[in-house]
Amino acid sequence: MKKNIILAGVGGQGILSIATVIGEAALAEGLYLKQAEVHGMSQRGGDVQSNLRLSSDPIMSDLIEKGDADLIISLEPMEALRYVSYLAPDGWIVTSSVPFVNIPNYPEIEDVLSHVKAFQNHVLLDVETLAKEAGAPQQAANMVLLGAAIPMLGIDHDKMIAGVQRVFARKGEAVVATNVAAVEVGYKYAKEKMQGGK
Amino acid sequence: MKHLLLGDEAIAQGAIDAGLSGVYAYPGTPSTEITEYIQMQNAKGKTGAPVFCRWAANEKTAMEAALGMAYMGKRALVCMKHVGMNVCADAFMNAAITGVNGGLVVVAADDPSMHSSQNEQDSRFYGKFAMIPTIEPSNQQEAYDMTQAAFDLSEKMHTPVLLRVTTRMAHSRAVVETKDAPQAQNTMSLPENVQHFILLPAFAKRNYAELVAAQPEFVRLSETSGHNRYVRGTRPERAIVTCGIAYNYLMEVLHHKDANEWREASVLKITQYPLPETMISRMVEDGAKEIMVIEEGQPVVEELMRGMVPSDVKVTGRLTGELPRMGELSPDCVRKALGLKELSTPEADKIVVGRPPALCQGCGHRDMYAALNEVAREYPQPRIFGDIGCYTLGALSPFHAIHACVEMGASVTMAKGAADAGQHPAIAVIGDSTFTHSGMTGLLDCVNSNANVVVLISDNLTTGMTGGQDSAGTGRLEQICYGVGVEKEHVRVVVPLPKNMEEIKQVLREEIDYNGTSVVIARRECIQTLKRHLKQAKK
Repeated sequence: MKKNIILAGVGGQGILSIATVIGEAALAEGLYLKQAEVHGMSQRGGDVQSNLRLSSDPIMSDLIEKGDADLIISLEPMEALRYVSYLAPDGWIVTSSVPFVNIPNYPEIEDVLSHVKAFQNHVLLDVETLAKEAGAPQQAANMVLLGAAIPMLGIDHDKMIAGVQRVFARKGEAVVATNVAAVEVGYKYAKEKMQGGK
Repeated sequence: MKHLLLGDEAIAQGAIDAGLSGVYAYPGTPSTEITEYIQMQNAKGKTGAPVFCRWAANEKTAMEAALGMAYMGKRALVCMKHVGMNVCADAFMNAAITGVNGGLVVVAADDPSMHSSQNEQDSRFYGKFAMIPTIEPSNQQEAYDMTQAAFDLSEKMHTPVLLRVTTRMAHSRAVVETKDAPQAQNTMSLPENVQHFILLPAFAKRNYAELVAAQPEFVRLSETSGHNRYVRGTRPERAIVTCGIAYNYLMEVLHHKDANEWREASVLKITQYPLPETMISRMVEDGAKEIMVIEEGQPVVEELMRGMVPSDVKVTGRLTGELPRMGELSPDCVRKALGLKELSTPEADKIVVGRPPALCQGCGHRDMYAALNEVAREYPQPRIFGDIGCYTLGALSPFHAIHACVEMGASVTMAKGAADAGQHPAIAVIGDSTFTHSGMTGLLDCVNSNANVVVLISDNLTTGMTGGQDSAGTGRLEQICYGVGVEKEHVRVVVPLPKNMEEIKQVLREEIDYNGTSVVIARRECIQTLKRHLKQAKK
């Protein structure tokens, strides 16, 4: 088993919480893990990414090679496109469709979404609306995205849910429940999309 | 025990487990998390005995305090980003001459590609400059293990040891196997020979001669510590030397089938300096005709190697163009250096535009710049000298407010020099933490010649850019300015909020028009620490 994942977004959106949950589940599975993060200046509203690598064998590089990423998980659609040159030919893009516009020259959102859709392997979802539907607060939108990525992670759904439960356990049962609900709604969305054909 | 740790945290845990008594540091990306981790473990009571872990005013005071603790026989750690090495260079270089009693490890976290920095200087030069051993771990486990080994080495050889990491090592996480409990801290003990610490020329000459005489032993230790490893290839006419994390990128690329041929090359993995001379000679004796040097940072080893191998052995790397001359390494550029084809991949999408960082919505620096820009426009040729911190982002859209930003504290003294040259208005913009780091002494220069400058301290009560660490002068900035000699009526305080815009502008005008040194403090808490404090208060 080997998964190279690029987590993308805008500073402050919470990509590292997604990485924390995947990391928790991966370590419980006995997998090796390396995770390169961005700290410092870019965190102030700039583009941020994290390279997360999971493998049943020891991992050497902290960074993913161009063309070797199995999956891009992005909290922002243009940010997903920023890393496509890292994607393996059969790699997946799982991204929020909600643009984060904090720059004057943000491209037309329809163009951005059509570029995402041009990739055969993509899941595009409105994580904020889905979070609302699941009765979860907006901060849990990243967990909806995580849920949508579960089918491509190579870690069982139930083990991911257990990971969510452990990560949020100290915040109390109610927080665990809303985050699990958020993950489930994302998971269901991705499953339906994949079964329904592309 | 197994822990998922950042490289920085692995260094911190290694230091704690080596019986650390004190960490001294000023925040700076990518080094900040070392001290933060020790502070967190100390607060939880997980360091065995308590560890001194309060932030220092700057890297020089940090280095000196650490040397004082090492003088007393205890183990001390100093942490900083690469440019912090410049700030503490006087103390650092001379600590190599005094030597140490208790272990002293200096961590320099370099930032090639300048993710959060103004240059990409390579701290290994400082290790060589000071003639002390330097350690450069290649992964998180080594960072943990080698930090402990560095303390042992420091005490054994009575020398400070430099530990160099780069951004990717500092900010990448992996599982690290640690000891179950920290070893006991050293008890206090005085140096055997106090003259070692008195650098009068007569004593310093003797100390320096000892340092020079220790060099062959430092080389021998590099060869025998087990940290450097030479593996003879099955086709040893080709050889590769890797330093620190470059080893990982090489091994990553060698995993692929198309790299079969390169798997037969000899490989020398370097994680301890000075360079292991006999390992390099062996590599040449084994038949190396071409040696590629892969190192993160500047071509330090590549240059040294050229003087160490016969002239018919070709040394390649960053200087010869196989690897990029600047910027951080990646598996991609190593792949290219080995002459291998790029993996097939979608083309970069041209629709993507840059998303530079920006000041947070609601940040006090924004209101400060809004007022300053309006007032500055009233003068024909305003010059605003910026400094290092979040407020450097005032250089970008929408403010375009500053005309210089060089290094910590330079705003104050550059404004002074400009005023000395005849510039008016000459305005410095500096954060509270940067002011106490290196701005205060420059302000004294201003006062002594009553320079016609306005020093605008944008006081957000924290060290913001690095994530909100304590700032050394919080609550005492006015007193510091009075103490330095700024006249009381020219130390003004405003609250940067939109509703106070007219008042702030008026204060700025008055102080610009005053012919002498004045300070305007724009004080409002950082929006990020405010959020954190409100959250904590709720609990």
